Amino acid sequence: MATDVQQVTTPQGTPQTPTSAPIEREFTVKSRSQTQQALRRFMHNKLAMAALFVYVALLLISFIYPHFYGWTYDHQDAASLSSPPGTNGHPFGTDEIGQDLLARMMLGIQRSTYISVIFVLVAGSVGVLIGAISGYFGKWVDNVLMRFVDIILTVPILVAIIVVAANFPGARSPIGIALFIAILGWMDLARIVRSSFLSLREREYVEAAHALGASDKRIILKHLIPNSLGQIIVWGTLGAATAVITEAALSYLGYGVQGSQTSLGALVAIGAQAAETRPWLFYFPGIAILIIVLSINLIGDGVRDAFDPSANRNR
Amino acid sequence: MLLYSIRRLLASVLVLLASSFLVFVLVAQTVDPLSIYRTRQPPPPPEFFEQKREELGLNDPIFVRYWHWLTGVLHGDFGNNINGNPVRPDLFERLGVTARMVIAAMLLAIVLAVIVGVVTAVRKDKPVDYVATIISYILIALPVFWFAVLLKTFVAIKINEWVGQTILYTQGEESPGISLYGTTGEIFKDRLQHLVLPTIALAGITYAAWSRFQRASMLDVMSSEYMRFARAKGLPWRKVLVKHGLRNALIPTTTVVALGLGTIFGGAIITETVFNWNGMGRYLTQNGLGQNDLNVVLGWLIVSAFFIVLFNLIADLLYAVLDPRIRLS
Repeated sequence: MATDVQQVTTPQGTPQTPTSAPIEREFTVKSRSQTQQALRRFMHNKLAMAALFVYVALLLISFIYPHFYGWTYDHQDAASLSSPPGTNGHPFGTDEIGQDLLARMMLGIQRSTYISVIFVLVAGSVGVLIGAISGYFGKWVDNVLMRFVDIILTVPILVAIIVVAANFPGARSPIGIALFIAILGWMDLARIVRSSFLSLREREYVEAAHALGASDKRIILKHLIPNSLGQIIVWGTLGAATAVITEAALSYLGYGVQGSQTSLGALVAIGAQAAETRPWLFYFPGIAILIIVLSINLIGDGVRDAFDPSANRNR
Repeated sequence: MLLYSIRRLLASVLVLLASSFLVFVLVAQTVDPLSIYRTRQPPPPPEFFEQKREELGLNDPIFVRYWHWLTGVLHGDFGNNINGNPVRPDLFERLGVTARMVIAAMLLAIVLAVIVGVVTAVRKDKPVDYVATIISYILIALPVFWFAVLLKTFVAIKINEWVGQTILYTQGEESPGISLYGTTGEIFKDRLQHLVLPTIALAGITYAAWSRFQRASMLDVMSSEYMRFARAKGLPWRKVLVKHGLRNALIPTTTVVALGLGTIFGGAIITETVFNWNGMGRYLTQNGLGQNDLNVVLGWLIVSAFFIVLFNLIADLLYAVLDPRIRLS
């Protein structure tokens, strides 16, 4: 920037437009990349932005507020066992051993967030890798990989996780659960990426890149993946929501996160055992799951519309 | 069409075979059928385990074990459970119980999905659309078991209190012992009363996503040229919607529904747990995994894989019947 200014004020002292400076274009549109356009469309989607705001606010509260909050998640307040919301300084009440529900819920939201993030990263990488190889190389590679996907899909994901988790109780930490869900949850992304690659690789610009001598790796990384990014991101947001729900289901069936390592699912599952006598233990964590999943889904729909404004929403 | 069907059928059989092997390896590696003996006090001597392993064929190579099990299943023998009784009668009885819930829920979900999907598409951006959309989004975001408990507390118990007697049962698939002393009519009525809540729970969660799909495909169809043409040549709008619109808009939904049936089995496990139904789901979690019963887990998985492959095949064939372009490519 500094050199620009110098150029303008030199040499005769009268300001002159140097040839290197951008030409003023009053009526033309500023050029934007595809991602920038999508971002702009997303920001104009009020519902999606509201959902994003709610989600981010919820995460900020859950990650920051515990440091200032009076109760820790494992403190057992003997003076208020099973106290309803708003009593004895527990805004959301306590469970039967006097642990503060709000503190536990904030920890649960943290855990559920870790699970979502790990799931999306791991399953996302595997899904993109398998889908990319399958869609780009086609022929027998595609056949082998897609039949493999078909075969894995004959086992309901929830059941497969239960079978594995039932026999590795030691691995049922939040990370372990996330990995279980991820190992069995990448198939639909692989299918999405594959079908996107199948149509993209026939485009002229891919042919042009080939003709210029670009390697397979370069074409996949520089041309195909960026053009499938919208669909991958949509899968990612919806996948994050699925991970939260799946974790809750696992916990409810008794194969989820164990012991003091609580999660939202574990909290609801424990609350469900006494939904009539201590309803707050059941309703508050359930509402938290509802808000999280609902806002992630709305964000996902917003992203879908932003990347593909012409397409109808599927959900 | 015949050639296409035969090809798809062969592919399905191969997928099912490969799946059965995958399932067998997974389960054989993780489920230890001797674990009930390991917690005994005093612990049995090592020779006892060795003898048991030999007896159950656990020492054979995995391919041999798989072959024994597979040939058994093909002859209708699913092996014995840990108490030495054959798995098959239990498995099929449980399958029947689950089928009641799943079939009822599916029918309800399909009807709801099509009606809601079409109405919201036709009345796009009207109050009906907004209300239905909000409800679907909330249902999609709810864990099944949470929704089920809400139904129990705010629907079933309230209705029962209001009427003054038990109309809707919240536990079990039938009143204990009714199949022994009840008449056919009584059994039917009793089972129906037990069926209502789980069906609503399962259908409510399922229809929501399908109705969004139906709405999208209906909107897609409504903006197409042939709809405008049908309208332009003077057909009444209602007739255009049903004859030209709905017919075409149902095609994508058919596939989604058929493929979705596979996941229903997973959802049914949770629903059964909430309502204490002694169906397939509880057979898997309690008898199978709860007791480390190898043959029960295997039997469950192969039956569910069979239905998933079957419905995938049906989806493929239906799609080809409804949309001739598919089988030509």
